[in-house]
Amino acid sequence: MDSNEDGATRRDFLYLTAGAMGAVAVGTAAVPIIDSMNPAADTLALATTEVDLSSVQPGQTITVVWQGKPVFIRRRSPDTIAQIRAEDWHSFRDPQSDQDRVQKGHDEWLVLVGVCTHLGCIPKGSKPMEPKGEWGGWFCPCHGSTYDQSGRIRKGPAPHNLKVPDYAFKSNTLIVIGEKPKSAPKAA
Amino acid sequence: MSRPANPEKFSNPCIQWIDERLPIFTMLIKEYRVFPMPKNANYLWSFGGIAMTMLILMIVTGVFMAMNYDPNTHGAFESVERTMRDVNYGWLLRYAHMNGASFFFIAVYIHVFRGLYYGSYKTPRELLWIIGVIILLLMMATAFMGYALPWSQMSGWGTTVITSLFGAFPLVGDGLVTWLWGGFAVDNPTLNRFFALHFLLPFVILGVVFVHVWALHQTGSNNPTGVEPKTPKDTVPFHPYFSTKDSFALVVFLTLFLAMIFFAPLALTEADHFKQFDPMQTPDHIVPEWYFLPFYAILRSFTLDISIPFTNIILLPAKLQGVVAMFGSIILLMFLPWIDASPVKSARYRPIYRVMVFLLVIAMFALGYAGSQKPEGLPVRIGQLGTAYYFAHWIILWFISRNGFMGVIPKEQTLPVPASISDDPCCKH
Repeated sequence: MDSNEDGATRRDFLYLTAGAMGAVAVGTAAVPIIDSMNPAADTLALATTEVDLSSVQPGQTITVVWQGKPVFIRRRSPDTIAQIRAEDWHSFRDPQSDQDRVQKGHDEWLVLVGVCTHLGCIPKGSKPMEPKGEWGGWFCPCHGSTYDQSGRIRKGPAPHNLKVPDYAFKSNTLIVIGEKPKSAPKAA
Repeated sequence: MSRPANPEKFSNPCIQWIDERLPIFTMLIKEYRVFPMPKNANYLWSFGGIAMTMLILMIVTGVFMAMNYDPNTHGAFESVERTMRDVNYGWLLRYAHMNGASFFFIAVYIHVFRGLYYGSYKTPRELLWIIGVIILLLMMATAFMGYALPWSQMSGWGTTVITSLFGAFPLVGDGLVTWLWGGFAVDNPTLNRFFALHFLLPFVILGVVFVHVWALHQTGSNNPTGVEPKTPKDTVPFHPYFSTKDSFALVVFLTLFLAMIFFAPLALTEADHFKQFDPMQTPDHIVPEWYFLPFYAILRSFTLDISIPFTNIILLPAKLQGVVAMFGSIILLMFLPWIDASPVKSARYRPIYRVMVFLLVIAMFALGYAGSQKPEGLPVRIGQLGTAYYFAHWIILWFISRNGFMGVIPKEQTLPVPASISDDPCCKH
């Protein structure tokens, strides 16, 4: 058998090449199997939900279902907005201004995925009789995470603010959750 | 190449005919009749066989329950209730399966304790031990997915909380959780895959158990002295000595199991397990099954983010620390044969380690209590103390089995070990 100075033979080379090709084949075959566990087309087709906001009163919160998860939509009064924007948010756990959490020109509408960022429970505070926590927002009964009226985490174990989903205003009272907002109109 | 002639001749010509073609009877005689067992093995050595019996019982009851199960979010809860009310002996199948999981874990936890106490993980049984840890991990995955199938409030929310843990991993977390769910929340695709895997994994476990037993029969059983058998006088044949002893232990164990099924079948079950899953309403208190509580407590013991000093940049969020610690607490066991360097196996002759094993058991019970309580106030502190000991245990073990650590941790002075099993003064039979 041919062999070079290190004693490696043609056969060693063939073993390694065949082994490498086999590994590539197994890896390639694994891709469709693993990907089959990702959301299927019909699940993805449910990716947007249309919500009519015309009947929501100031101070009221409605809960709608989007992708199997609750979405909280709260209509906030101008007083509330003024009050939360007066706070210094830089020292919060997940620092973010209220302006960054709503869409420009629609500041009264706060839209949040109603899933606690700690371990996935549904925070209370959307219904009138439910506890809202110290900041008047939401309170998670599982581990005591408390969110403010901007959905920002203020107390408890949750690492992040309540997530703001993608949503787009079709008119002043109609939104589509799951759709990316059109680029904000340029300031005049 | 000639095979050695089979010394055993079976008087039954039919058995002889089969054995010459497939030596299954020769194998059974070698592994289950003449197989040498250390003569001093105590009742703690019965729990492997008990666990194996529970595995088979779980597979049988599970397969027959699956015949009445509807793996769909609209029908799952009702089909389980129908099994309980309408299917002939359906209540028995389900109660045996629900409580069987608990008794399977009881048997396995005692089996693991036996291994820890008598040093059964030490050379030459390292691989046997590692395969055992793999079985434990597979069991945990199987039990977790089985808990989802009745599609109750506890099923759905337990699944949500535990699968959400994977979201703690940086960058890939969210994609990983979506992949596990097959959607954007715990829903029908999640239930379907959990059912498929819950059906498959027990057979995988059965296969790994076969490998576990194979490795055991290569090295032979450990014993309370930790001294390997040296002469045939140290051992007795498996049958009839240990077949009888194990059968007796099994009967006692199964009696307790049946008593549980018939007199307290729901003692270990949360009330929210009898309410259908509502993805819009979280129960006030989500707890896993008792056998996961210590690990759940470890998960929740980490409450402080680690950040770069004087900035808001978080390096290691508390949630990620908890997830890593929880999985790490079991993975760590695989390295035990190399963490513990002591040449003495049995805790009987290791005064410090002996105390430490019992402390570890106490820590596990404390963690179990902490995991069952709401995570506020005293239970959190108890959980953190338990977690601290759990991890400190292996570090201390590393040092006492070597040369100690800077005078803080002493080197363990082991006691004299008997020259052979037959010289063990407590077992002179």
